[in-house]
Amino acid sequence: MKKIFLSLIFLAILTTGASAQVKMLSLPQLQKRISNPDTVYVVNFWATWCKPCIEELPYFEKLQATYKSQPLKVLLISMDFESKLPAVKTFARTHKLASEVYLAQRKSDQELIDAINKDWSGALPGTLIVNGKKGIRKFQEQEFTYDELNKLYQTNK
Amino acid sequence: MKKLVLLMLIAVSSMAFKLADGGYKVGDTAADFKLKNVNGKTVSLADYKAAKGYIVVFTCNHCPYAKAYESRIMDLDKKYSAKGYPVIAISPNDPVAEPADSFEKMQELASKKGYTFPYLIDETQDITRAYGAKATPHVYVLQKTAAGNVVKYIGAIDDDTENTKADKVKYVEGAVNALLSGKQPQVTATKAIGCSIKWKKSA
Repeated sequence: MKKIFLSLIFLAILTTGASAQVKMLSLPQLQKRISNPDTVYVVNFWATWCKPCIEELPYFEKLQATYKSQPLKVLLISMDFESKLPAVKTFARTHKLASEVYLAQRKSDQELIDAINKDWSGALPGTLIVNGKKGIRKFQEQEFTYDELNKLYQTNK
Repeated sequence: MKKLVLLMLIAVSSMAFKLADGGYKVGDTAADFKLKNVNGKTVSLADYKAAKGYIVVFTCNHCPYAKAYESRIMDLDKKYSAKGYPVIAISPNDPVAEPADSFEKMQELASKKGYTFPYLIDETQDITRAYGAKATPHVYVLQKTAAGNVVKYIGAIDDDTENTKADKVKYVEGAVNALLSGKQPQVTATKAIGCSIKWKKSA
């Protein structure tokens, strides 16, 4: 009995620790996901092979954790090949990513890049901030420090 | 008079900045350069007297997507160099920011893989800035004309970085084939996911 109880606790810790769920997300699904005007969305485009992306991921996690009581939603959209879903899942689990993680499902890179922002060259990382209520939709093709990211949120929330 | 000269100077320099900032668009004339090749010699576009144009590829050692395209870049040179469109590869990255892209590592890679084309380092990053390359790999197809080297195509090598599609659209080949047959490329600009350029930290 004790054993079952312990393993139940263990299981609970495992499943609540990090969401580590990675789903495929198409462009229309993404547009819908970021359409609530009362929420500020910070959408980071990254990849498991992209070093500067991996370096800044903790800042996005920290932003979400710091402002968890505010209407802020951080989304991490992997631009890895669609065939790399298992690798992205493993990455999300081993890095204990708590934010929502998706793998971009796309007909072509170009269609997605242009739909996110015409000025985006396609270089990773890139970050989109959306505040529907204020009519803000900005894209930054750059790496962020936490302070820069926090500033981006503060000036657009 | 002095004032006028000063004003003109300001206007000219701000124009130069503007150009450098946005990089080239299709139809612009691309600057030639003098960059150090992995063999220690400097290379300029003008060195290629018989060339009809150039396939300028901003690429590098470290980027997984540049690696994914490496053999396709090598194939482009094998296929088009003899036809008058040699590949000129330029590594745009600051080796301090990305040690895997040091000149020595570039030399190692070029000799290991047997590159048949120059692999140049843009130490000042001025050419990268002038062209407006934002990612690796990033291709500029230039056509040599009496007026200079005109940009005819900017973007990806094809629409299949992963290299799994049999029916991939080979953008660069399409552009060069068109130019070789005296036509204009149908697709002149494309985008693909790539690695950001590793810029020198500004002082």
